[in-house]
Amino acid sequence: MSSVYFHIGKYFLLMVSTFTKPEKRKIYWKLIIQEVDKIGLQSLGIVALLSLFMGAVVTLQTAANIDSGWIPRWTIGFTTRQTMILEFSSTIVCLILSGKVGGNIASEIGTMRITEQIDAMEIMGINSASYLILPKIVAALFIFPFMVILSMFIGISAGAFVGLTTGVVSLNDFEYGLQYSFELWQVSYSLIKTFFFAFIITSVSAYHGFYTNGGPREVGASSTRAVVYSMVLILVANYILTQLLLL
Amino acid sequence: MIEVKNISKSFAGHQVLNNVSAEFHPGKVNFIIGRSGSGKSVLTKCIVGLMEVDQGEIFFDNRNFTTLDRWDRKDIRQEMGMLFQGSALFSSLNVEENILFPLQMFSSMSKSEMLDRVNVCLKRVNLEGKNKLYPSELSGGMQKRTGIARAIAMNPRYLFCDEPNSGLDPQTAIVIDNLIREITYEFKSTTVVISHDMNSVLETGDHINFIYQGELSWRGNKHEILHSENEALNNFVFPSKFMQQIREKLRG
Repeated sequence: MSSVYFHIGKYFLLMVSTFTKPEKRKIYWKLIIQEVDKIGLQSLGIVALLSLFMGAVVTLQTAANIDSGWIPRWTIGFTTRQTMILEFSSTIVCLILSGKVGGNIASEIGTMRITEQIDAMEIMGINSASYLILPKIVAALFIFPFMVILSMFIGISAGAFVGLTTGVVSLNDFEYGLQYSFELWQVSYSLIKTFFFAFIITSVSAYHGFYTNGGPREVGASSTRAVVYSMVLILVANYILTQLLLL
Repeated sequence: MIEVKNISKSFAGHQVLNNVSAEFHPGKVNFIIGRSGSGKSVLTKCIVGLMEVDQGEIFFDNRNFTTLDRWDRKDIRQEMGMLFQGSALFSSLNVEENILFPLQMFSSMSKSEMLDRVNVCLKRVNLEGKNKLYPSELSGGMQKRTGIARAIAMNPRYLFCDEPNSGLDPQTAIVIDNLIREITYEFKSTTVVISHDMNSVLETGDHINFIYQGELSWRGNKHEILHSENEALNNFVFPSKFMQQIREKLRG
């Protein structure tokens, strides 16, 4: 148990260092733009692909499970919208990104640690935590919400396309379901969750990479730990945020 | 000058450094030598602030480094340059960007002035025209020389070299030794070299500190080392019969 407190304390101390005033803002802006590309734009493909197929599958699954004639066909559009907006585009996409982005961050920083590149920065007088971690956090907080919105759009569009082409739902029904009982707050809720998840993925992964000790094997272990802890924390945060924001 | 006063450091109850005091002089190549595990790397890490000492003090030209917090150490750190054992070049940056890095972070030079400085540093280490190569495209010796170029980019008052010759062939090792010596004399920097390479020590050791079992066991220069009666030192520097014969010849 004391080990848990030790890591929590160490994590918060790292975050204090990370959010300390940067040396040269101009350089940090450049780094943030690079990270937006690395963390966000280079993950667009996987997010789009997942959303495309999930939207399509949710539509088909809903259609296949509506046995009763009492349940209207517009439920298909409604279910696709709710699934994509409330859970898939924020939680599931972020779980996937914790594997791709989190693993990448931990291994990148971990490799820099074991090859003494972080020590080299420290000796130059650079706040290595801030230099390496802050741009990643800021970039993720900025780009993740856009990716989640894109995921919602692609998922729902794919659902509509599959629904229409397979004939399980008409355009009118799907459109009615999409608009039925829609509240903008649901999108806001999803985006609020995304902010938290983006912070968890980048900061937790960076923490595991930053304190890597040993050789390449330990970098691999740090990367795995980063993904596992990020995923667990995302699931816990998802539960807490849902209870706080929706109930 | 760097002064180390009564430094002790232990890890999980194991005493690695025990009351070590030493001086490192400006304009001289100061060596820290000792067997593997003797504590020389820990001593160097304590001096540069990568590790905190349990007790004792470190002075950089009468500025007490140990009492300063992380932020106040920044000024002294910007006067340091360090060549790491594995060079520690930033793998995602090319040679030019590696050397530009400290200049971009701390200098107020214009872009063209910075590039001029990079080219001066590269010329100094005989790597002219290699600006756009990445560390993975460089040989071990070229990586070390790039590391030296980066270390001297900010005209450091204190230059630290951790095993500068490790992994290099004897001829390249001599090139690196000469470079470190020339830079030290040229910039009047306080240079601290950790080394196992006795050829370097006997060739360039203006001031030598021998660490044995976590304590400073001997200090002197490359001439005095030949006449030392310190058994641990003699066993370390002249371990083979061949080396002992050379020593006798040099003594004679």
